[in-house]
Amino acid sequence: MKMSGGQILCEGLVREGVDVIFGFPGGAVLPLYDVLPEFPLRHILVRHEQGAAHAADGYARATGRVGVCLATSGPGATNLVTGIANAYLDSVPMVAITGQVARPFIGKDAFQEIDITGITLPITKHNYLVLETSSIPSVVREAFHIAGTGRPGPVLIDIPRDVFAEQIDFHYPETVEVDLPGYKPTVRGHPAQIKKAARAIAESEKPLILAGRGVLISGAHRELRQLAETAQVPVVTTLLGIGSFPETHVLSYGMVGMHGMAYANKAVSSTDLLIAIGMRFDDRVTGKINAFAPHARIIHIDLDPAEIGKNVRVDVPIVGDIAPVLKELNKLITTANHAEWIEQLEDFRRKHPMVDASDGEGLLPQYVVDKIYEVTGGEAIIATGVGQNQMWAAQHYWYNKPNSFISSGGLGTMGFGLPAAMGAKVGCPDSTVWCIDGDGSLQMTIQELATLVQDKIAVKIAVLNNGYLGMVRQWQELFYNKRYVATPLYCPDFVKIAEGYCIAGLRVTRREDVVPALEKAMAHDGPFLIDFMVEPEENVFPMVPPGASLAEVMEAPRKSRKGLIDTSSLPVSNI
Amino acid sequence: MDDMKHTLVALVQDHPGVLNRMVSLFRRRGFNIDSIAVGHSEIPDMSRVTIVVNGSGAIVEQVRKQLDKIIDVVKVADITDDNITARELALIKVKATSAIRREIIEIVDIFRAHIVDVGQDSVTIQITGDEDKIESLLNLVRGFGIMEISRTGRIAMPRGNVGSTPLAEKTPEKAKRLKAG
Ligand SMILES: Cc1ncc(C[n+]2csc(CCOP(=O)(O)OP(=O)(O)O)c2C)c(N)n1
Ligand SMILES: [Mg+2]
Repeated sequence: MKMSGGQILCEGLVREGVDVIFGFPGGAVLPLYDVLPEFPLRHILVRHEQGAAHAADGYARATGRVGVCLATSGPGATNLVTGIANAYLDSVPMVAITGQVARPFIGKDAFQEIDITGITLPITKHNYLVLETSSIPSVVREAFHIAGTGRPGPVLIDIPRDVFAEQIDFHYPETVEVDLPGYKPTVRGHPAQIKKAARAIAESEKPLILAGRGVLISGAHRELRQLAETAQVPVVTTLLGIGSFPETHVLSYGMVGMHGMAYANKAVSSTDLLIAIGMRFDDRVTGKINAFAPHARIIHIDLDPAEIGKNVRVDVPIVGDIAPVLKELNKLITTANHAEWIEQLEDFRRKHPMVDASDGEGLLPQYVVDKIYEVTGGEAIIATGVGQNQMWAAQHYWYNKPNSFISSGGLGTMGFGLPAAMGAKVGCPDSTVWCIDGDGSLQMTIQELATLVQDKIAVKIAVLNNGYLGMVRQWQELFYNKRYVATPLYCPDFVKIAEGYCIAGLRVTRREDVVPALEKAMAHDGPFLIDFMVEPEENVFPMVPPGASLAEVMEAPRKSRKGLIDTSSLPVSNI
Repeated sequence: MDDMKHTLVALVQDHPGVLNRMVSLFRRRGFNIDSIAVGHSEIPDMSRVTIVVNGSGAIVEQVRKQLDKIIDVVKVADITDDNITARELALIKVKATSAIRREIIEIVDIFRAHIVDVGQDSVTIQITGDEDKIESLLNLVRGFGIMEISRTGRIAMPRGNVGSTPLAEKTPEKAKRLKAG
């Protein structure tokens, strides 16, 4: 049978179970686009390739499956780069397909030629330049295998135009073997180490679980819950670990880190045994590293051996896939009672509560998030921008289900929210998907509003419009004497912008209008945008100043939104 | 810090980009690679790479783990503390009028090196050995005027029956790592 490279690629994608591709066409991929309609693959036309990569990312985070994006050579490929880097830093399974100039032109600076395998070398788990049409099936098989197993990550496949076009005599093999002698994706946790961990947990008086995104990747939330409940161990999470443990659970003490709950950070500073699961001790999580968990022995369970001992000393390292490790560990765990320790944490919580969103008269962003939680019954998937909006979305919504919080952690990419929400909604069409975004972040990828309309993707958007690059302004307020350089932000009328795209929208300026507006958005069939004109100078608290330890957390001054913060005693930024 | 020279040996698949990926990990950490030597191994389509870097043990070990994650790197071991045979080959072109050629040949003989080319006013010496031996020879011939030096960088393997990066055997360094924990 004669098949073109493009057809072979599509056949491979179908066999990998791909149902949707986020892409944008161009010369080098034309022979692929030409055959696309022959296959059961939904193509969603984005308005910028960065949106394609973030959408594939959001799709992957929401569904746990490999997300696929597609771009042409040259500028199409370079536009994917931020999205690929974003997926790399957050270990998101993704396959990015790029067109390349025809084989005879490679290396000659041909029109729209760029060395995309070279450019993405440090931000992909692996990448391929396909020079033989007949190798496409094995490349596709390997790419999905690598992207989706072990510690997931993006894999890029660069395919020259003439490879897409070439017709060869071909029968797609029934099974395609993976030949990767250097790839050891999963390891079973060492039984002796697991035993050691169980002993340490039994001996501990103040144990604390710190769960990260690895728990979600491994699908280990049930095992985590069993561990916590059986041994009565309180749980805190990282930003990306949100959803790995129900936040309304009595043992949940929220999120740690720079903008984590004060009581969560105090728990880390007080524990005698930190059980770190599927997280990597990022500096935004640990604060000053040598003052991190000063009283604790540390158990570190992670799939990636290169993460063990990278940032902190570890007493009991366990390298292995988290779900099976926790299963084994749970067999050795005995029931325990840490009433005294839990009472200490409750005391922390009473003395260091979160900012009360119902406090004050103005339209507080925290209040908006709080009401989104109420109106959605906590059942929505929330995707965020980056900055204050992201932190408020993390702090004031209660996430009880895995993969319900989708946010750019490692790279902190403004512009992630809208396309990621789009991808999540495409992957989970029956879920309500809200994008909680900043006025700055939204403007980085706002063109995807058109994609929502063209492909009928009913994402609801809540803009926390503070007229500032708020998070940067907050740092300027606290650490740069309130010199607001390049942070006041002119914004268009977002409601009119939405209207221009034929998207329904509303502006909300008063708190009493929040709930009715949200209800209207929920009842509306299709995408909806609400422009919330929130307090411009509201700050995110608590905050561990850069360079400080988690114990030195700054909490909300009583009148934070009026800007009455005493900055004299704060350490100076060193990041 | 406890900086010292480390010798890493890796078994890699002969795929484009694998060296790039390896070297890039060192670049990112600001390591200067002293030498890197690559050639075919005993296994078809696989090469063995010897990398010599100067750095602290903990950081080199972290980079080694990251090297191990590269898909095309099949095995990688730090054999610095092992009992190893290490060799390097150097070609040294020295100014040599016929009057002083004898003197150079004498030095070459002492080092059991070879003259592999003779030009009108130069000779090319080939020497194999460890870095110290090559440095010693270089010091002795420097006075004649060195026109060009080309060195392969170190290649190394453990002495006796053990290999540095054997394919079949259960990776010993992994077992060690677990024991250490
Ligand atoms: C692409 C990109 N550029 C710059 C930054 C630095 N940065 C972090 S937060 C932030 C402000 C974001 O403003 P906005 O989206 O309005 O969110 P807010 O903090 O006001 O809620 C900036 C500029 C970034 N994270 N990403
Ligand atoms: Mg803003």
